[in-house]
Amino acid sequence: MKKEIESIIQSYADKLSPFLIEKATQEIPDSVTKKQATQIMDTLVASAVVATVSPGECVGLVSAESIGEPGTQMTLNTFHFAGVAEMNVTVGLPRLIEIFDARKTIKTPMMEVYLKEGKSSLEQIKQFAKFIKETLLPEVLKDVTIDILDQKVIIEIDPNAAADYSLDTKEIAKILKTKLKTFSVVQGEETDKIELSMKSSKSENLKELHNIKVKLKKIKIHGMKGVKQVLPVERNGEYVILTSGSNLKEILAMDDVDSMKTTSNDLYEIEAVLGIEAARSAVIEETVKVIEAQGLNIDIRHIMLVADIMCASGQLKGITRFGVVKDKSSVLARASFETPVKHIFTAAMSGEIDRLQSVVENVMINQPVPLGTGLPSLITKMK
Amino acid sequence: MATEVYVNQKYLGTVDNAALFIEDFKDQRRKGQVEIQANVYHNTITNEIHISSQKGRSLRPLIIVKGGKSLLTEKHIEQLTAGEITWDDLTKQGVIEYLDAGEEENALVAFIEDQITENHTHVEITQGSIVGITTALVPFGNFNPSSRLIIGSKNQKQAIGFYAANYHIRMDMDSNLMHYPQYPIIKTQLHDVTNYAEHPAGQNIVVAIMSYKGYNMEDGVILNKSSVQRGLARSSYFRPVSAELLRYSGGLTDELEIPDKETKGYRTEAEYKFLEEDGIIYPEAKLNEGDVVIGRTSPPRFLNSLDEYNLSVGVRRESSVALKHGERGIADFITLTESEEGNKLIQVRLREERIPEIGDKFTSRHGQKGVVGILIPSADLPFTQSGVTPDLIFTPHGVSSRMTVSHLLELIGAKVGALAARHVDASLFDSEKEVDLRDELSRLGFKEDGTEVMYDGISGKRMVARIYVGNMYYLRLRHMVANKMQSRARGPIQLLTRQPTEGKAREGGLRLGEMEKDTFVAHGATLLLKERFDSDKVSVPVCMKSGLIGYFDGRTKQLKSPIYGDDSDMAYVEMSYAFKLLLNELLSLGIYPHITLKDKF
Repeated sequence: MKKEIESIIQSYADKLSPFLIEKATQEIPDSVTKKQATQIMDTLVASAVVATVSPGECVGLVSAESIGEPGTQMTLNTFHFAGVAEMNVTVGLPRLIEIFDARKTIKTPMMEVYLKEGKSSLEQIKQFAKFIKETLLPEVLKDVTIDILDQKVIIEIDPNAAADYSLDTKEIAKILKTKLKTFSVVQGEETDKIELSMKSSKSENLKELHNIKVKLKKIKIHGMKGVKQVLPVERNGEYVILTSGSNLKEILAMDDVDSMKTTSNDLYEIEAVLGIEAARSAVIEETVKVIEAQGLNIDIRHIMLVADIMCASGQLKGITRFGVVKDKSSVLARASFETPVKHIFTAAMSGEIDRLQSVVENVMINQPVPLGTGLPSLITKMK
Repeated sequence: MATEVYVNQKYLGTVDNAALFIEDFKDQRRKGQVEIQANVYHNTITNEIHISSQKGRSLRPLIIVKGGKSLLTEKHIEQLTAGEITWDDLTKQGVIEYLDAGEEENALVAFIEDQITENHTHVEITQGSIVGITTALVPFGNFNPSSRLIIGSKNQKQAIGFYAANYHIRMDMDSNLMHYPQYPIIKTQLHDVTNYAEHPAGQNIVVAIMSYKGYNMEDGVILNKSSVQRGLARSSYFRPVSAELLRYSGGLTDELEIPDKETKGYRTEAEYKFLEEDGIIYPEAKLNEGDVVIGRTSPPRFLNSLDEYNLSVGVRRESSVALKHGERGIADFITLTESEEGNKLIQVRLREERIPEIGDKFTSRHGQKGVVGILIPSADLPFTQSGVTPDLIFTPHGVSSRMTVSHLLELIGAKVGALAARHVDASLFDSEKEVDLRDELSRLGFKEDGTEVMYDGISGKRMVARIYVGNMYYLRLRHMVANKMQSRARGPIQLLTRQPTEGKAREGGLRLGEMEKDTFVAHGATLLLKERFDSDKVSVPVCMKSGLIGYFDGRTKQLKSPIYGDDSDMAYVEMSYAFKLLLNELLSLGIYPHITLKDKF
């Protein structure tokens, strides 16, 4: 880069943002003359001025409307993955609400698990998927019968199915022993059978036996906690494991996992494991995903603004009365959102002052709002 | 594994052979040994058998198929037509049985008899029985997307028709009566079964599918004004007005009379002009808003001991029933009767003739509803070679995206029906064939595709395109502008908030709501927004010392502070009354809202 051209660019430092100056320094080729360089910079300034938001433009409300209006057109709540019965994803408006509310527990937590290069062949992926999947007892069961006479529940293990998880009847009996405190677990004479009987056999209680049968269906015997379903899929030539249920911390700790690519859709989990900046981009990414899936188009800057507001305090906060609304300085603005009485009482106890500087308060008292044409005021010099 | 059996969701026990058990159950039901409305369902995934006999399950009758053969034979049909057996006999003979949602899961139902295979367990009674009664009334319904079928059937429920033959002695709330209803040219089997000819709800009219000066865009329709003047889709609207004569403690009662001028709350004399001596309106009186329909007085409200010396006691209260804002009608039919409590009850039915006007709603039977956009005299409407002008012009843009093929089929079918003077059957999945209809149309001397050359009614020029024109059965829906239209500039306000009232009945305003407010803010139109919210604007004096709202003392002609009296500076502040009310309510909560004032400039 010639010195004189660089100095021309630098002379615009007071008119343009540092980002644009840097970009210009990089992009303008050496071959330009001084005159051309000045022309380029002038055009740049002109377009920058046009692109800048005017003072008094209420970006927040425009963002809110820009996201809210397409939200009314959204359809279809859930999307099912072909082939896997219980694998579905919350999409559309419910998911959007979930993201912006920053819900602690989301409806369908999911992970996209990538494996490190060289370890991500289809075979390896499949094996890994099976390894992390939370396996429940019914998957290795052949039969459950209630023996009404002896007050017993007899379960029969399918040894082949159990072998898939490198388990045998003995080990399963051991797991059951720790999980079922009120029952005595005995491995039967026939090796694949386990007998459960109540420790305190007070009375003949058929209902209790029937209940234990239901309870058996929920006992975890293998895999990673929370990972309820796994689905290896091909994406852009790579194999990915989609999981239903999320456990980012444990999955990232595993050796074979590519921690740079693996993500979750649980914002709080991302915040806890990876930090607030990651949470911010997760908010943006997840929102964009929802909107694009619906075939809608929202300028990403609107979403970025919302994400910024949600993360500005250093921790993830939803657009709720417990989140960002709580941080509003105006009592009336807070009260106008939700639970007015609560907000007014707490404000009254600490003697809060509302300076009526924002929009909602001024709409309430019917005064001009400090935005748009209401922002400038006339100042005259008194002689 | 043994199958668990549940009866009405309660665990009962297990059976070893589920298939045999279910077969046995069904056999016994068909023989009449088990209640016919009990159903059995085998859930093969959880391996459970559920027997249900509770109320509230919807059941569907189907013909039983055994060994690839329908149990309903020719003999049954002969006997049925001869009237020798009835439906009940068929269920008793085990020819027809009822399935609920669960048992249907285990059944394989053939749609028509020809499709029955060895595996089928049942066959539909008729093809049309897969939908409900009103849906089956949609002609050529099987050519439509299901969503339009549903809309079409919903629309028919709202149609104005001949709803009851004894309408003239009924006191229905909000009833409509079509003046010259017709039986549709295009009918379905359900029209016969439901005696539609006894209570038709529409008229056969000539419809052209074209656009005309844009008055039928976006679900609008154009009506032929001359047809309307000849009585097309004309209807009457009936509404009762009633008054009860209550009895109070102490032997006092309401009285039916023309109120005396001394009566408290007496209206103007003109408003009682339609009342006869007995205080009831005379039949066929033409009433306008404010006119009294039933003259009534009530005894004075609170009588205390001191009132005995008061001369004005004994003055009765006016409590007549009058027409409210925007109401009108003709007194049609008057009854004197007794209410449930045994009080005297006077009911006056008002009648109003409703001539179709701009804003009234019309629909065909295919979910193609539209609102009248304009009425055009037949002289200005396009006409065909034979001089026919359409009664209604429907836009072609309404068809492409909604895919209501039946709408187009009805038009061509009814054209055939009208020309050949016969009815055309358009039952669901069982209609006359389109090819046949087209053939017949061609034989009747018309273009087989239903189009005709048309001429512009204004210029007389021949139109470049041929117009798709024919007959259709159109319904007038009960949503009429006359019942809904309302406007307001100034008017009544609510006592508490001083904001305009809401709703047509109260002559209310249209609220500029939260989201509408946002659009003003987003445009930065601050002052416009403030002006829109000035409907409850007040100017209140605020005490600068205490920050509270003061008042104007009429005696001393001075502003006063609620705390410091005269000893304070007061300033008028403009705010919405709703906010002033909020400040008062905060005070009542024990919160001291302190308004700090400073100079504006």
